[in-house]
Amino acid sequence: MNDFDWSSIPGALPFLWDGMKTTLEITVIAVVVGIVWGTLLAIMRMSSFKPLSWFAAGYVNLFRSIPLVMVLLWFFLIVPALLESLFNTPRSSDTRLSSAMVAFALFEAAYYSEIIRAGIQSVSKGQISAALALGMSYAQAMRLVVLPQAFRNMVPLLLTQGIILFQDTSLVYVSSLADFFGAAYKVGDRDGRLVELLLFAGAVYFAICFSASLLVKRFQKRVVT
Amino acid sequence: MISIRNVSKHYGSFQVLADCRAEVEKGEVIVVCGPSGSGKSTLIKCVNGLEPFQDGEIVVNGISVGDPKTDLSKLRAQVGMVFQNFELFPHMSITDNLAIAQIKVLGRSREEAVGRGLKLLERVGLSAQAEKFPGQLSGGQQQRVAIARALSMDPICMLFDEPTSALDPEMVKEVLDVMVGLAEEGMTMMVVTHEMGFARRVANRVIFMDQGRIVEDAAKEAFFGTPRSERAQQFLSKILQH
Amino acid sequence: MGYHWNWGVFLARVPSGETSYLGWMLSGLETTLALSLSASIIALVMGSVMGVLRTVPNRWLSGIAALYVEVFRNIPLLVQLFIWYFVLPELLPSGIGNAYKQMHPLLQQFAAAMVCLGLFTGARVCEQVRSGINSLPRGQKYAGLALGFTLPQTYRYVLLPMAFRIIVPPLTSEFLNIFKNSAVASTIGLLELAAQGRQLVDYTAQPYESFIAVTLTFMLLNAVIMGLMHRLEAKTRVPGYIGGGT
Repeated sequence: MNDFDWSSIPGALPFLWDGMKTTLEITVIAVVVGIVWGTLLAIMRMSSFKPLSWFAAGYVNLFRSIPLVMVLLWFFLIVPALLESLFNTPRSSDTRLSSAMVAFALFEAAYYSEIIRAGIQSVSKGQISAALALGMSYAQAMRLVVLPQAFRNMVPLLLTQGIILFQDTSLVYVSSLADFFGAAYKVGDRDGRLVELLLFAGAVYFAICFSASLLVKRFQKRVVT
Repeated sequence: MISIRNVSKHYGSFQVLADCRAEVEKGEVIVVCGPSGSGKSTLIKCVNGLEPFQDGEIVVNGISVGDPKTDLSKLRAQVGMVFQNFELFPHMSITDNLAIAQIKVLGRSREEAVGRGLKLLERVGLSAQAEKFPGQLSGGQQQRVAIARALSMDPICMLFDEPTSALDPEMVKEVLDVMVGLAEEGMTMMVVTHEMGFARRVANRVIFMDQGRIVEDAAKEAFFGTPRSERAQQFLSKILQH
Repeated sequence: MGYHWNWGVFLARVPSGETSYLGWMLSGLETTLALSLSASIIALVMGSVMGVLRTVPNRWLSGIAALYVEVFRNIPLLVQLFIWYFVLPELLPSGIGNAYKQMHPLLQQFAAAMVCLGLFTGARVCEQVRSGINSLPRGQKYAGLALGFTLPQTYRYVLLPMAFRIIVPPLTSEFLNIFKNSAVASTIGLLELAAQGRQLVDYTAQPYESFIAVTLTFMLLNAVIMGLMHRLEAKTRVPGYIGGGT
């Protein structure tokens, strides 16, 4: 059993911090785009115009039935080459970061749309009837009565999904992009201190995600009462 | 048979039961009533140790319920209990509901347990429902099965915790009829209920509770004739208005 | 676009000549199935035990289960996998660690991925089992105890049979997640389905065929499992039970 040697971590902190910034960048972009696109998908899915709802259902089921790793590989290995051959863009540019953002945003949108749809459907039909009975228009009933309640129900889930996404960004490892985990792995590999760096990375992820989930729980309690 | 001696219970600073005292002799039927939140359901759950209590002692058939050395499972197997929401096991057929505890707790053979269960099912008038599941029965039917399930353990006494409160009015009678039959056979019973007609018909004594205390413990005639406490009088006049 | 589609590529021999590329894909599928099924068993056992512990009236036991859930839920799967694969052998007493390192590399990868996926998913199953038990009316536990069942008997005969029926749908999605997450094992070199697909891209000039085939296979797996779980749900449905409770 080796003795631990943590000495390579302090010097590598700036590099690791750069990695964390990449991780956060991907997470934030994917959450924002994912929620916007996911909301649109949810609305399409509930639309009475069949082709729209079929498209949304197909999209969501496609992304929910394939592994994230496969989606990332598509976007790292196949899509850039496809775009090149279609638009004759130069090969020189490094598209990995933007590929990662697009891949995560499209993938997460499928999950967000299900959360949002369930949130809207969780508000009882009687609420709409009650609002209409008070003389509100359908749009007013949605905006003033249904959506505020739906939002309360789904915010904790949206946030929790954000934490899962933050963890999942580590999978950009398959493109050897230096996010936080990639950076930690590279440092550990370079210095022969993989054990220490992996444990360090695990501890950092745990600290961040555990605190974030505590915040979500507290927020949830406040919203419910 | 059941001896409740100076029992107190509190959640934090909230007093649920305060110095409750009562005796139930063999063959007696005791009705416990009182406004909601008066602690009557908690008291009856203390009798078979489903709810713990901090002070005092409850002795059932010579066994102390609060004693940590007491084998509560063994004691509960001898004390039948019927709940407000029936609490049949939804994933089992009626027959299995009647047989499972006989087999697993009393160690009876499946054959014997099913035979005993079906006999009791017949007694509560539900033989035709043996192969159905609880969700397929009406509330009144479920509660009659629940009584049969408790009886299948050959209990020395029966506890009823608001057995008709969750029932639609038209089903109350079929359940009360079974309970009256039991009382007339001499079963020792402690019944939490608001059904004063039942109390008048078969109770020996009525216990009235309010705010965790036993305010009145009187023979039926005395209770309905001239209840001593003002609260009991108020309670009775309210009940009658329904 | 000047791409030459060639679906016949799967029948071509691999460089070593011992099998075809289709053979590679099939062996990848086999590995994916073996890994996911064995991890599912670990997840189900671990999740059930811990889920029950989270609901028992004992602070220590429920605390242990809560700790398990928090640790395995708040570290990314990939990091957990690397810790099982690269770190654990170093932390074990040298005898066991060395024995592990001398195992066939394929076995090492498989074992690490299986335990990792199993325990990772077990934490999620644990939460499902807990919420299933807690969703039952409190009176069910009372009724079991009042009949003279011990607490373990009450769980065994009264609470768990209903709790598991209630959580079949969320368990289905955890089960599906195991299959999808098994692709992460490609990062430590385990040649499961996704890794074989990637290998095909490197060896042949036909990336599209390979990726489309792998993607479709995962979708097919997903559909098959969903169908099987729906049948299980229908088979275990309780007549007349509407769900929820008072």
